[in-house]
Amino acid sequence: MQISTLVIALLTAVLVWTLLVRRLSAKPWIQAEAGHDIGPASQPASKVGLWVFLCVITSLFALFFTAYMMRMDPHHAAGVAWVPFDKPAILWLNTLFLILGSLAMQWAHAAELHGRIDTLKAGMAAGGFCIIAFLVGQIIAWEQVRNADFFAMTNPAVGFFYLLTAVHGLHLLGGLWVWGGATLRIWRADQVNSGSTTVELCTVYWHYLLLVWLLLFGLLLST
Amino acid sequence: MAYVAIADQEHELHEPHSFVAKYIWSQDHKVIAIQYSITAIIMGVFGMVLSALMRLQLAFPDTFAFITPNAYYQHVTMHGMIMVIYLLTALFLGGFGNYLIPLMCGARDMVFPYMNMLSYWVYLLSVILLMASYFVPGGPTGAGWTLYPPQSILPGTPGFDWGIIMMLASLAVFIIAFTMGGLNYVTTVLQARCRGMTLMRMPLSVWGIFVATIVGLLAFPALFVSAVMIGLDRLVGTSFFMPAILSAGKNLDYQGGSPLLFQHLFWFFGHPEVYIVALPVFGIVSDLLSNHARKNIFGYRMMVWAIVAIAALSFVVWAHHMFVSGMNPYFGFFFATTTLIIAIPTAIKVYNWVLTLWRGNIRFTVPMLFAIGFIFTFTNGGLTGLFLGNVTVDLPLSDTYFVVAHFHMVMGVSPVLVLFGAIYHWFPKITGRMFNETMARWHFWLTLLGTYAVYLPMHYLGILGVPRRYYATFGTDFIPDSAQSLNVKITIAALMVAAAQSLFFINVIWSLKKGKPADPNPWQATTLEWQTPDTPPKHGNWGPKMPVVYRWAYDYSVPGHHQDFIPQNEPPSGHEATASEHGRT
Repeated sequence: MQISTLVIALLTAVLVWTLLVRRLSAKPWIQAEAGHDIGPASQPASKVGLWVFLCVITSLFALFFTAYMMRMDPHHAAGVAWVPFDKPAILWLNTLFLILGSLAMQWAHAAELHGRIDTLKAGMAAGGFCIIAFLVGQIIAWEQVRNADFFAMTNPAVGFFYLLTAVHGLHLLGGLWVWGGATLRIWRADQVNSGSTTVELCTVYWHYLLLVWLLLFGLLLST
Repeated sequence: MAYVAIADQEHELHEPHSFVAKYIWSQDHKVIAIQYSITAIIMGVFGMVLSALMRLQLAFPDTFAFITPNAYYQHVTMHGMIMVIYLLTALFLGGFGNYLIPLMCGARDMVFPYMNMLSYWVYLLSVILLMASYFVPGGPTGAGWTLYPPQSILPGTPGFDWGIIMMLASLAVFIIAFTMGGLNYVTTVLQARCRGMTLMRMPLSVWGIFVATIVGLLAFPALFVSAVMIGLDRLVGTSFFMPAILSAGKNLDYQGGSPLLFQHLFWFFGHPEVYIVALPVFGIVSDLLSNHARKNIFGYRMMVWAIVAIAALSFVVWAHHMFVSGMNPYFGFFFATTTLIIAIPTAIKVYNWVLTLWRGNIRFTVPMLFAIGFIFTFTNGGLTGLFLGNVTVDLPLSDTYFVVAHFHMVMGVSPVLVLFGAIYHWFPKITGRMFNETMARWHFWLTLLGTYAVYLPMHYLGILGVPRRYYATFGTDFIPDSAQSLNVKITIAALMVAAAQSLFFINVIWSLKKGKPADPNPWQATTLEWQTPDTPPKHGNWGPKMPVVYRWAYDYSVPGHHQDFIPQNEPPSGHEATASEHGRT
């Protein structure tokens, strides 16, 4: 445990040094010449924008998870505490759909790189279908919890189950909006548009939300 | 492969011609900046009127029938929230961020102009939602700007039924707007700087706005989380924050919730929020001081590092707002220590500002007056912060007017002074006209002296033990009559400061119509926004040719140069004495 913490700290230090310290140790007052390191961007802005956005979502979910764990803590709860409940089995099937959706988007992205328009169309359709199936499955899970004997909104375990799955689902819906526009464009096209980054960005977003779900699902199952 | 976004396209952008495309659904960062600024200033004026009403009640209790206890608490709440979020955050990031980032970085526009436009309209929606709370049954919430549960959603607090819902919805919408704008600011700084504009050549204004935006993007989710969860407690009866509670003799259904959890979440946003406002202020005031003192900023690298350090530390001090809520003494020790540590990079900045002025060729222009006023005020407010950062001193002072005086000095008056300084500084570039100097000077002196007349005595009231948040405090045994007469004087000063702001508005309107046409670079500044081919800059900013940067933003009074400033885009000449020598101060 201590060694892994040390390794992580070391890697973080190297990363911070590489990204930040080296750049911020320049002495701008000494040289007066055009900087040759700044030319046209090497990455599309949309890609950088997505990564920044993922940082924001990470902060959002990290705070939700922290609130979840703090609310579970009996030291924080004043009065009746957390009452755990069995999570619906359909969540496992939903997880499978989310994994398949991620794989399908990766497949679509690979097809785009190789210029295979038919595979790209199939991959996009499968990626979207799996997410829709996941969301339908989540709604079924909600219904099952609502009809169960243990259902009580005052139980924070139930409240957090709805809240966190809803926030995750809303992020997927936002992704579906972008996916819908991209799929329509691809469907009408005869060949792959190599300049577009939308499929790649959707793929990254799908993978990211899969990761969030796996963490969330693990948290729900363990409590 | 190189990607060319709208922000760094080589070809000129065509100016939209229709009124709607140019001024309403505009994607031009400058127009969006002005839209943000006008909306935020209107909100600020409204917030100022609310503060005047509060002061009237405090000075002349039982005089104004329309200021009921409920109305007073609603004024307190709306004043706080409006000033912190809808004025200062929106104006410094939405207003100045939008205007300055592309121009100072040498970009044609933000990298996502459409999203930038949406950001403003979503912000406007959040403002409309907030103001709509005046028209719902029960009126706006009077829970205090911190919205602490359980009182914020229980009967007895004004607006507990609808007002609080409107407030939470408005905040959630504001956060969405901020995120859209923030993604733009960060990505534009990272991706769209012109050739030669390395990170360490960026003006400190951009650094301040850039880092503040990152802080905002990471901290606002905490407010979002707490707003959503308290909204659910209120609307669907969850018990995230609400403990088992007896209200008006009735047992409510809530059970086991933790009000402290809300406080942690709120202040995890709330304290970085101070720096979301302060960091752009630090950056802008650095540029004003350097420009108007005709001297390079002292310790540029240290200034950048201090901004980054303050931003990082701002995430580990939040619980100093909760000393009175109770916590493990070790936590109290930890948060008191981190709070005092943050004074180090902040003090470095103050020293560097003063050293920038030292032996400078100071021009006492209006922006410079406001900048110097800021140094005094921020130092005053910062020093009282050192008192309150200590647990044992904070406990007796926390619920008194000492805290009101402290945070108004450091987070109210200081940023507003820089705000006015910045508006006067960039007014010629934004409008193409010079402002009226005499009126602006009167505005400065009345504002500076007036605010000191308001807030310095308020510290004394706090030390006397006059509690804050109370609708009426006098006639009690522990508050002497002299405190009441001081309160009357504070109110008179506050009303005069409020009235003095009309000078600013008259000046802006007069100057827009009759102001002297502005020179493209009236302050002889080095930064790129003053080097545009047009004043005010047209859509796309740079005409057919993008700028190239050759030097940092602070080449003032360089020995051997024919004028006392060298613009960032001026190529080095053979005989030029580089700024290396005088820069190593």
